[in-house]
Amino acid sequence: MMGAEDMGVCETGTGPMIEVSGLKKYFSLYGGFWGAVRKVRAVDGVSLAIDRGGTVGLVGESGSGKTTLARTILKLTKPTEGAIRIDGVDITKATAAQETKMRSEVAVVFQDPASNLNPRQTVESSIIRPMIIHGVKKSDARAKAREVMSMIKMDEHYLRSYPHQLSGGQLQRIAIARALVLAPKVIILDEPTSALDISVQAQVLNMLLDLQESMGLTYMIITHDLNVIRYFSDTVAVMYLGKLVEYGLTEDVVGNPRHPYTRGLMGASPILDPTHRGRVKDLMPGEPGSLINLPKGCRFFPRCDKASARCESLEPHDVAVGPSHTVGCFLYDGKKAGDKG
Amino acid sequence: MNETPFMEFLISARRNANFLVGAFIIASVVFVAVLAPVLAPYGYDEPHKADRLQPPSAKYPFGTDDFGRDMLSKVIYGARITLQIALIGTFIQMFLGVTIGMLSGYFGGLVDKVLMYIADLAWCIPGIILALAVVTLLGKGLNNSIIAISLVNWTQFARIVRAKTMAIKNQAFIETGIAFGEKAPTIMLRYIFPNIVPALIVMISLQLPSTVISTTALSFLGLGSQPPSPDWGLALSNGMKYVSRGQWLSIFPGIALVYTVFGFNLLGEGVRDLIDPRMKSH
Amino acid sequence: MTHNSRELLKLDGLSVEYRIRGGYLSAVKNVSMDIGRGEIFAIVGESGCGKSTIAHSIMRLLPDKNERISGGIYFEGENLGAYSDNQMTAVRGKRIGMIFQNPLDSLNPVYRSGTQVAEAIFLDKKDRAIVWKEVIDLYREMKMPDPDQRVRSFPHELSGGMRQRVMIAMMLARNPKLLIADEPTTALDVTVEAQILEIMSRLRADFNTSILLITHNFGIVAEIADRVAVMYAGELAEQGSVFDIFQSPSHPYTELLMKALPHQSKRAGRLQTIEGSVPRITSTSPGCRFYNRCPIASGHCENHDPPVRRLGDSHSYACHNR
Repeated sequence: MMGAEDMGVCETGTGPMIEVSGLKKYFSLYGGFWGAVRKVRAVDGVSLAIDRGGTVGLVGESGSGKTTLARTILKLTKPTEGAIRIDGVDITKATAAQETKMRSEVAVVFQDPASNLNPRQTVESSIIRPMIIHGVKKSDARAKAREVMSMIKMDEHYLRSYPHQLSGGQLQRIAIARALVLAPKVIILDEPTSALDISVQAQVLNMLLDLQESMGLTYMIITHDLNVIRYFSDTVAVMYLGKLVEYGLTEDVVGNPRHPYTRGLMGASPILDPTHRGRVKDLMPGEPGSLINLPKGCRFFPRCDKASARCESLEPHDVAVGPSHTVGCFLYDGKKAGDKG
Repeated sequence: MNETPFMEFLISARRNANFLVGAFIIASVVFVAVLAPVLAPYGYDEPHKADRLQPPSAKYPFGTDDFGRDMLSKVIYGARITLQIALIGTFIQMFLGVTIGMLSGYFGGLVDKVLMYIADLAWCIPGIILALAVVTLLGKGLNNSIIAISLVNWTQFARIVRAKTMAIKNQAFIETGIAFGEKAPTIMLRYIFPNIVPALIVMISLQLPSTVISTTALSFLGLGSQPPSPDWGLALSNGMKYVSRGQWLSIFPGIALVYTVFGFNLLGEGVRDLIDPRMKSH
Repeated sequence: MTHNSRELLKLDGLSVEYRIRGGYLSAVKNVSMDIGRGEIFAIVGESGCGKSTIAHSIMRLLPDKNERISGGIYFEGENLGAYSDNQMTAVRGKRIGMIFQNPLDSLNPVYRSGTQVAEAIFLDKKDRAIVWKEVIDLYREMKMPDPDQRVRSFPHELSGGMRQRVMIAMMLARNPKLLIADEPTTALDVTVEAQILEIMSRLRADFNTSILLITHNFGIVAEIADRVAVMYAGELAEQGSVFDIFQSPSHPYTELLMKALPHQSKRAGRLQTIEGSVPRITSTSPGCRFYNRCPIASGHCENHDPPVRRLGDSHSYACHNR
């Protein structure tokens, strides 16, 4: 997997901004008559690296583990296994001081504009709060709040507003402003524009790109909208039931998808051009798979039309199909002999 | 317009009849209680040995009891006790309920299981039985009866606070706060608590009347206030002895109790109407 | 009203106003459109543009009596506005079906999904065994996995996509002439969305059912709509064939929207944005509602309703300056 082979000591300031290796997150599911415990493998051995100032897009159906992956990177939930290095520091083994630093370096913007801000606090209180936590003086914090408001092109008088007085687009821009106040290195964007209208979406995406250029931010964006991914991200990671099935540059993954699942996903995504509606679509049959009762071999096996006998019993390895394009599928296993066992 | 939530509340409160009438009734009770020494013609425990069991008259508008104490003065001073019961009792319940409900809802898992098991237990024991136990342990008296009633009624607060906490806990602004490095106590106090305040106000105003009734009932049974307290429950219980000869002994404390509880009920309904739709729209 | 047999539903100058504190809010203003038999017609627009209000006024499902409706709604040549509430009940389901964004709200949680579909058929009184077989056939038609078992599932046991299939099956059971689909796939994964869209296209092909699709998603419109109406702040900005709208948008709003859609990579340039925000319209006073955000607005636009200009058979837009 790209960048993941370089797992040695990583000097701060060089190497990838985020490096996830062998990440696993299992949940225990209690249930059944005897209270039997079942493991849900929400993220199961994911490795990927995001370059400084780069943008990776995470795509996949619901239940693919993309949100769980983002939450482990934010340290909102503890991984079962594996390492997450942010700017060279493994946050799974971080000291208290390192964790505080990490909390100021990695920010997040969630999907729902209405719940992104505390409804009972003014916009200003919400924006200055992260700075207060990290020991900034209140007067400095308020000055910074005015500064970030100008960065998101909103008038200062909105600082006195309450969230219910603002529109979805305004709320989402304020959530982004709050993410910026600690001068983070990474922002995780969890469906940042899914709840917004087209014209507002364009505003928010453009703003995020401008901020990335001026502040050198690294983004991880989760979205189900492939048009947004194509516009916004440099690399794409496709997840299916907790596994990374395809990873590479956006133009490779979107332009020439290799994994049967990626092809199905691309085929299903609505196009923005009615002249393309005659195109052949590899529509996948069935529903997004369930993390409970996973198949033994390839997780995509039950829905795959190119499956062969070994897919049923063996899990596929990641195969490089291009300079920085990997696919977890047996279809490409033979093409680079000696690459994998 | 940038109206604060409180301003919006006041604006719609002006049009809510339940709220207005309830607020007026409770304000009048508070007025009487505060000015009791001025308003009462006599001390509540001042016996007039010559005037035992006098019917209402110009001298004693509500009559006198078996010790010759002025009933009007007893009813006026009784308002203080009733408000004391309502405020202290509801506060204890709220404090217990909010603490336990938030811990339970926020941490979930084993903490939740244990705390909710305790809540179930407390809810199972009939109030009077628990009160008897508390009174046996701590001795008779108003404060102990308030504690007894609170030990039963806090579970209602705990359940609702727990449910609210669980719903709010999953909202994005909480996770964002944690991602910025907020610690659990701050999350609970700064992020979750302000968001359950509206629900809490509704619960408090609905809980006030039942707290008054239950605690007064304990006094009526002789487990709460002891003579010569002007407690309305105690007065009612005393009036029972003379129900055929001196109805005024029970009628006036009874009316006062009904008036106050009715006021709390209206106020509660009004507050709920005013706050609930806002909670939905947020 | 003249009626030609090609057209199934006709809106003639439809306006809807909601009563608010101290006046009326104009949700839909003077909208005219017609939907042909076997046509997939999409009303597309951003939140608050009035697209859902139109769908709900056709079905007479607006929230309460606090609205004022004017203009005509003609279905198969008959004025639905003149129908009594009882007559409308007969139209709903039987002649016009409707599916919503969240099918779980529309299904009764205590009955098996198949029973609810069967009831839709039962209204026409048939033998029980035949009905049950028909339900399974309908499920198969909807490409429901394991139709024989799924008819016995309760709504909560089904996935979002399956529930929407049940809803469509339920509507199809009554064989309506028109199906109104209000954001039918918004809550679904793209893979499931594609399956539902395929079912809807097949519905039209096999049964000549007209579909009125209400959506904010231009991708879906490009995928299955024949004709499109673009709404802005309660007004019809532009309507035409899907190719008209996507390839030669004529209203400045449509044109900006098309450039705001992320067609390609950021390296090809930033997206077009539309500055400003939708005004809150409390009166039906004349004037173009896009005036305050329009790059080509002139003084005339503020106080005069824009004229409807025709470009071809079905392509028209409302603008002073184009």
